[in-house]
Amino acid sequence: MALVELRDIKKIYHLGGETIRALDGVSLDVQAGDFTSIIGPSGSGKSTLMHILGCLDTPTSGSMSLDGMDIHDATPRQLAKVRGEKIGFVFQFFNLLPKLNVAQNVELPLIYQGTSGRSRKEKAMQALELVGLQDRAGHRPSQLSGGQQQRVAIARALVNDPRIIFADEPTGNLDTHTGEMILETFCKLHQEGRTIMLVTHDPEIAALTPQKIEIRDGKIAQNVDAKLAGKESRFKLSTSPHQSS
Amino acid sequence: MNLLDTILVGIKEIWAHKFRSMLTMLGIILGVSSLVAMSALVKGMENGMKEALVAMGGLEKVRVEAQDDLPAYQKHLTDQAPGLLMRDVYALQSGAPLVENITPIVEQHGYRSRINITYQNKRARPWRIYGTWPGILDLEDHRVEHGRMFNEIDNEMARSVCVIGVEIRNDLFGDPEKTGKEIIPVGKVIQINGQPFTIVGMFEHYMTEKERKEKELARLEALKNPQAQVGVVRDKGRSGSGPSGYVFRLKNNSVFIPLQTMMIQFRAAAGVDETADPKLSGIYMKVKDIGVLETALQQIRNVLQVSHNGIEDWTFRTEEDLADGIQLTISNFRMSGVIIAAIALVVGGIGIMNIMLASISERVREIGIRKAVGATTADIFIQIIMESLVIALVGGVMGLAVSIALVQSITAFTPTENNPVITLQAMVFAFGCSAMVGMVAGMIPAFKASKLHPIQALKYD
Repeated sequence: MALVELRDIKKIYHLGGETIRALDGVSLDVQAGDFTSIIGPSGSGKSTLMHILGCLDTPTSGSMSLDGMDIHDATPRQLAKVRGEKIGFVFQFFNLLPKLNVAQNVELPLIYQGTSGRSRKEKAMQALELVGLQDRAGHRPSQLSGGQQQRVAIARALVNDPRIIFADEPTGNLDTHTGEMILETFCKLHQEGRTIMLVTHDPEIAALTPQKIEIRDGKIAQNVDAKLAGKESRFKLSTSPHQSS
Repeated sequence: MNLLDTILVGIKEIWAHKFRSMLTMLGIILGVSSLVAMSALVKGMENGMKEALVAMGGLEKVRVEAQDDLPAYQKHLTDQAPGLLMRDVYALQSGAPLVENITPIVEQHGYRSRINITYQNKRARPWRIYGTWPGILDLEDHRVEHGRMFNEIDNEMARSVCVIGVEIRNDLFGDPEKTGKEIIPVGKVIQINGQPFTIVGMFEHYMTEKERKEKELARLEALKNPQAQVGVVRDKGRSGSGPSGYVFRLKNNSVFIPLQTMMIQFRAAAGVDETADPKLSGIYMKVKDIGVLETALQQIRNVLQVSHNGIEDWTFRTEEDLADGIQLTISNFRMSGVIIAAIALVVGGIGIMNIMLASISERVREIGIRKAVGATTADIFIQIIMESLVIALVGGVMGLAVSIALVQSITAFTPTENNPVITLQAMVFAFGCSAMVGMVAGMIPAFKASKLHPIQALKYD
């Protein structure tokens, strides 16, 4: 059984009498250990897909299961629990809380799972070590560079040892060099066996990941691999994700 | 998310906006402090009134007074009304076992009856002159400070002795506060309407708590600056104004003489055919136990109905009426105080609600992030409620501190008849109110925040 299973997922918005089919019958499987990029132009529905995959939103119809649990009819409370325990998020704009320091930001998901103060601190430090920022634990997010902030966000996504990590345009707000470092971090995590889904509009990033899904007009487009086969990525990674898959 | 973490988050949030939080708390501070101060003032007033009640002899005292106006259905019997007589006293002594210390009184108004007291060339006019038995001491809560009360032998022999209040002494022999030395006039002979009376005793100076404190203060000040004139020189006018002060002034301006002396010296010439007018102005007594007041009153009524042939030319006066009056006044004051404080608290609550609404709308993104990493609707709800509660509780504690300062400055700057008293009860109640206001004020903002959809919250700028 796949880690994530989507069957005929539809998400329909009604905006002032107009019906918008953001997702129109998406079915896909994500296996544990996959490093998948979701690619598509803006407005294609890729963000909506990620929100549904990330349990931030519920589909209008269709079924979805994550780690053996049915998501499509879960209550908001259950969804919050799933987000807290099984999912890590990395956002384009980092979304760190400016009033908290780095360690407190990383601890945040654990607070809502009732982890005790001491083990929260331990886990947060471990996660910061993974991204190489353990010596910045006491800093405020505003005192860090963009790349460092994104690595703090990655540490926050890792701290609860999630089954799957979603990254929404994680390099979208960073220069190429910093973006490269972030992507390298993801590749490293993938090599450690983590499941990662990366949303991007940039084919050059998508070219780096072993699995690719293209969304167009709310549907999965075919032949993605073929289209991207010949692409040269501007990102030069020291560890290629292809080697491990 | 456990409670301690939530509270810590709340405190941090408040600390992050110190000035804003302080302004918000101001409403609660004012509400709590006005509630406590109001109740302290009312409590002080209540104490003062109770003080006066005790000074009059307490709740157990029952007065039977002569009444000239008969009830309408007995008007035609006016000629036959016997009036209060000594035989009523004896009848009550044997027929009303639930009351004790039955004491007859003949009372004369100093001004109405033009009673002059003179000593050498000084003159005094007492407010009241009473002819009575020594038992009056206990009934009226009098204490003889110098000399003695006249006794039963003085009464039997109709001796010309008197016990006076301090104001009478002040008029005749000089006020120690003005002259600087206290004269104890025991043994001196004064003239009451031209008849010589020997002073055998003088009562203590009755004063309210406030007067006592003022005196104490003046004494301390005099100790501090020995150069200043000794004693209080400035005339404060009539000391102890107000309803409770009156009781004390009346007592200080009274003269007591034995009943027999009163009957013989002042009543003998008043009767029609040169015989003494035997009528009493009242009979005072004490109920043995306040619990049987009603039964005791019935006993008195029964006895007097017989001795007066059913003619109701007398009436009861108990201090219960006064006590009820006090209760009513106090509850009126308390009610208006509570209303004012409640308005202040509600305004404070609205302030909190307002600030919390502003706060969540600038923290939409934070709420989105918290939800994305696993916060449930309930977590967010509790967090916002806690923030509002912490503001209210901190405001409440500060309000209590302010109320203590407020009451103290009220006492210091405008000393009233009755010193305000802060009670623990009032403080607990006010603090409880602030907690409740915090909770209620946090409800709507907390509900709004917790209902935010994580995606919309994350997209919000």
